Amino acid sequence: MLGYIFRRVLYMVPTLFGMSLISFMIIQLPPGDYLTSMIATMSDSGQAVDPAQIERLKQIYGFDDPFYLQYLKWMWGILSRGDFGWSFEWNQPVSGLIWARMGSTLVISLLSLLFVWIVALPIGIYSAVRRHSAGDHVFTFFGFIGLAVPNFILALALMYVAYKYLGLSVGGLNSPEYAEAPWSFAKVIDFLAHLWIPIIIIGASGTAALIRILRANLTDELHKPYVVTARAKGLPEYKVILKYPVRIALNPFVSAIGWVLPHLVSGVTITAIVLNLPTAGPLLFRALVSQDMYLAGSFILLLSALTLVGMLLSDLLLALLDPRIRFN
Amino acid sequence: MATLPDDVVLSVEDLCVDFRLRTHILHAVEKVSFQLKRGQTLCLVGESGSGKSVTARSLLQIVDRPGQIVGGRILLGDGETVTDIAALHPDSRTMRAIRGRRIGLIFQEPMSSLSPVHTIGSQIVEAIRLHSNMDKKVARERMIELLRHVEIPNAEKMADRYTFEFSGGMRQRAMIAMALAGDPDILIADEPTTALDVTTQAEILDLIKRLQVGRGMAMLLITHDMGVVAEVADEVAVMRFGRIVEHGPVDAIYHAAMHPYTRQLLASTVKLTHHAEARQPVSALSAEAPKPVLSVRNLGKTFGLAGNTTLRAVDNANFDLYPGENLGIVGESGSGKTTLGRLILRTVEPTTGTVLYRPKDGQEIDVTSLDKKELRGFHREVRLVFQDPFASLNPRMTVKDVIGDPLIVNGLAKGKALEDRVSELMRLVGLDPMGMERYPHAFSGGQRQRIGIARALALEPRIIIADEATSALDVSIRSQILDLLLDIRQRLNLSFIFISHDISVVRYFCDRVAVMHRGRIVELGGAEQICTAPQEAYTKSLISAVPNPDPRDKRMLHRQRFIAPANA
Amino acid sequence: MSIHETLGPHSKPPLTVDGPSISPLKQGKTVSTAAIGPWRLVAGKLVRQKVAMVAGAIILFLYLVGLFAEFLAPALPATSKPQYTYAPPQGISLFVTKPDGSTEFNLHVKGYKVEIDKAALRRTFVVDDNKVVPIGFFVKGPAYQLWGLIPMDRHLIGPISPSDPMYLLGTDRLGRDVFSRLVYGTRVSMSVGLVGVAMSLILGVVFGSISGFYGGWVDTLIQRIIEVISAMPTIPLWLGLAAAIPLTWSPVSVYFVITIIVSFLGWTSLAREVRGRFLALRSEDFVTAAKLDGSSEARLIFRHILPSLTSHILAVVTLAVPTMIVAETSLSFLGIGLKPPVVSWGVLLQDAQNIRTVATAPWLLIWPSLAVVVAVLSFNFFGDGLRDAADPYDN
Repeated sequence: MLGYIFRRVLYMVPTLFGMSLISFMIIQLPPGDYLTSMIATMSDSGQAVDPAQIERLKQIYGFDDPFYLQYLKWMWGILSRGDFGWSFEWNQPVSGLIWARMGSTLVISLLSLLFVWIVALPIGIYSAVRRHSAGDHVFTFFGFIGLAVPNFILALALMYVAYKYLGLSVGGLNSPEYAEAPWSFAKVIDFLAHLWIPIIIIGASGTAALIRILRANLTDELHKPYVVTARAKGLPEYKVILKYPVRIALNPFVSAIGWVLPHLVSGVTITAIVLNLPTAGPLLFRALVSQDMYLAGSFILLLSALTLVGMLLSDLLLALLDPRIRFN
Repeated sequence: MATLPDDVVLSVEDLCVDFRLRTHILHAVEKVSFQLKRGQTLCLVGESGSGKSVTARSLLQIVDRPGQIVGGRILLGDGETVTDIAALHPDSRTMRAIRGRRIGLIFQEPMSSLSPVHTIGSQIVEAIRLHSNMDKKVARERMIELLRHVEIPNAEKMADRYTFEFSGGMRQRAMIAMALAGDPDILIADEPTTALDVTTQAEILDLIKRLQVGRGMAMLLITHDMGVVAEVADEVAVMRFGRIVEHGPVDAIYHAAMHPYTRQLLASTVKLTHHAEARQPVSALSAEAPKPVLSVRNLGKTFGLAGNTTLRAVDNANFDLYPGENLGIVGESGSGKTTLGRLILRTVEPTTGTVLYRPKDGQEIDVTSLDKKELRGFHREVRLVFQDPFASLNPRMTVKDVIGDPLIVNGLAKGKALEDRVSELMRLVGLDPMGMERYPHAFSGGQRQRIGIARALALEPRIIIADEATSALDVSIRSQILDLLLDIRQRLNLSFIFISHDISVVRYFCDRVAVMHRGRIVELGGAEQICTAPQEAYTKSLISAVPNPDPRDKRMLHRQRFIAPANA
Repeated sequence: MSIHETLGPHSKPPLTVDGPSISPLKQGKTVSTAAIGPWRLVAGKLVRQKVAMVAGAIILFLYLVGLFAEFLAPALPATSKPQYTYAPPQGISLFVTKPDGSTEFNLHVKGYKVEIDKAALRRTFVVDDNKVVPIGFFVKGPAYQLWGLIPMDRHLIGPISPSDPMYLLGTDRLGRDVFSRLVYGTRVSMSVGLVGVAMSLILGVVFGSISGFYGGWVDTLIQRIIEVISAMPTIPLWLGLAAAIPLTWSPVSVYFVITIIVSFLGWTSLAREVRGRFLALRSEDFVTAAKLDGSSEARLIFRHILPSLTSHILAVVTLAVPTMIVAETSLSFLGIGLKPPVVSWGVLLQDAQNIRTVATAPWLLIWPSLAVVVAVLSFNFFGDGLRDAADPYDN
């Protein structure tokens, strides 16, 4: 098992390298850079440009260096001292901006994952066991709707309904009066009251997808000979199903974290932009539009790394669940 | 309520099972009646699709949907009272109490019949505790006792292992232990040895028989193999298309069969215990051509496995194939016989050794050093017939395209000439050329195998390598295909390398036989000599494990066991 | 020589039954499928799935709408009438009540009147039941060029007097007809899906086949690249790529770059699917048989492997189209995808970004959203049906 974990972690290294390369390439794509446009704007508006400051930044980030050298410098900064670069727009180190935002992204993603599981598991089992029943058809229908409605449309629709009929403004994760307040019990309650809308929005499509996966897998498993064996022992039907086929159909369910998580992180990003949540999304968006390259690149890199960690966890969980993987 | 005679534990009366399908109702079991008696074995025998498995499952009410019991009674005796299983609800408490407790069940595929994610021990403990109020510790002791009972060595340790860590025979033993967990008085074994090698089959049958007699259980054994029936049955019921066509004591069935289907089934089985009459002695052919067409020398293949271990799939194989000869290669699964066939064709590249081929012009060709183009020429003369008649034909090509493809690829015929040649080939293998525009899915297994043979013959080969070519077929079809191959050999003067796990098939079809065990050819000799007077210990055990389709001469009772040397 | 003769005198089966007994449930035709080709079997299987067929009809309808957008839309997408900002949708009525109380057939919509919202000090339009705007089919309206080629001025439906207001789905901030814009948006959004998926398909099939057929280090490399791309969350990647498009580019170039971006991330799942099927098929006996028949690698791939793959690929492709549509819509909605004057569903939804706007003019959110959802649903249902039907030999 330890060997397996070690190998699995080792396997992540080249993937992470590839991700960092792609992240860096993306932020290098736009012609020009932030510094040039900043100097232009400042000169236009008659502000004094501190040539020393600019020269220093140029030096540090080597805007005149070739691509690979800039990349290596950036990576070296991250690996050696956790320095993700400088945010030109905010005029402060990137590392100071990202962690709080990444934290809330992580919390919302994990809560959404939990929501997805809790909802999808019983419905998936029900749909597979009572295939083609009225309940199955209803769930299948809603499942399809969940898959078909893009996150941001769902967000807009919920916002509209809440605004029009409940008189609520549903943006953000806290009511205005708590936004700047220190954490307290009341703030936590307020936070939770705001949380359910984004979680439903983000989780909807993942839930629908997982229900379909579980239903399909469980339907296959229900006809396997080992199920007949369990039945022939004299086990009651619910035990037959829960202990054997469900247990085995759980494997694809668990390994689904691997692709549900990138999906959820994506969902968090766009939903956060619409609902104005204090997660990575809005800041990333702004950074991209204003070519604040290190901030944008760091976000893309970290969001990718987040999904990679999710995949690692799902693989480990799977190994724990399935002896065939553990022993191989 | 009816009562049962003293020795009868279960009586099936006019059982009917229907499958309601989209366009029609399939009457899978029709008016089937039989009785199971204490300490006796009833064999339900029939070919695929005869409804024998459905019958067995009905007894436990575990027929898969859309199957449904629509008529008849299944009376289970219990001292004074009699229960009609057919009238019970499948999920009722009474029914569940019968499953496992009164009737134990063993399946064909021990791998897929056991859960892959639970340990063997836990699955058996579950079965034990379901029908008794033992606590976990006692149940575990009982489980280990059961494992010992079914002769699993190191029972304590093996109990905590998973199915994939067991060999096929050990898995089936575990399955038997589980079926015995509730101490049932009826045991249903549904093709319990079909997935196993012949020596393992002998051991498992032996074990089941001993347990059944020792515990005085009534047994219902379902099989397609008349040899197995002769070895273990007291009574036999022959099923065909959902009906029992003949029913009687085993001796009467084998020596005084009334129904033509029973006679046909027996004839095709018994035929395979002898030499084929149509076969000519090799010497007559080889007198003029003393040189072999194919010589295999020191051929070997080593596969690298995980963790720096290697597997010698084929180890130093040597043999000659003479013109017009049928050479059999027999062995159990994992013996390397299939790999050997692939090495000769170089679809798997050999690690060591040479394959010498002598074409018509008499030159010697070293197959192992041919380049891609020359290898194509070799493949024209040495052809392969596959085991699976379903997987080996492209479902998206018509029969004409399938048989004609080698002709087109090699630029030998097209247009009208191609059509004529395909017709000729189809007639040669006993198919109607009218069907050439059809797709393979319209043909039965035996017919598809004929299409595969026609494809192999299209290029006028000199050698055909047949890899388990008859294994997927029912016994009556099997002998037809073998006769076809013998007929074709004589007409076209072919040589065959016939790879099979089935000794009776090899005996019927081949002139000489090479016996393989763990990658080595352990014995090579005349087919008759190998089958009647084997020399090597392994061959002896193999031959003696083959069930004999004659209840008056049960071979397995005095079979010889082979214990492999430790370093092999 | 007959095969049965070799069985000996006793074994010729004089059996009456030739199979298990069967009771047909439906009378009538029992067509033999013996000589029916695989494509007809797939089609036959597909036709039996009602939902998939309905979905297929809707997809066809949407593409037809896109194709004849100029003719179907009553107005031009960019024509703004500031006198009708945020006008609500009108319903079509069939009859008018004359002053004498009798009713008469007259296809029409109701006109508008202005109300002043005293609290907000705003002008709002409401439908005025007393004003009748007669409408008709094949009416003369604003001139256009069908497909940019054929000059025409007939529209499927429109007000009989061109200056009358007819806004079936309401108007937007600039008084533009939402219905017409939606029709034009259908062309752009649906075609983005198609072009994007075509590009994904080329990438996916090429890389998937190479990966599956050659195996070895080529396979490993391609698989690792796919792994990296598919592990990255798509929306941040899309954002990153789309944000790199210079603002100065022409709408047409933006359109193509957006389809490239969208397909850049969509090809991985296709490549995986193709590779998996390739690997499975490559070890099939019938492929080995073809190889031993002397087939070249090209023949092996094109004659034996790809035909077995195509129906599966078709299904996967259909299921990939909605991803493309959603991607375009999301990016355009955020303002970094397609931009006005191009009209797509995503561009239309940009107008619905502000919740207060949506509260005054909910039709700005409802109709484009509905179009997206219906399109995505239809592709999903149709693709699902196609996938189930893809293997005609699997029962």
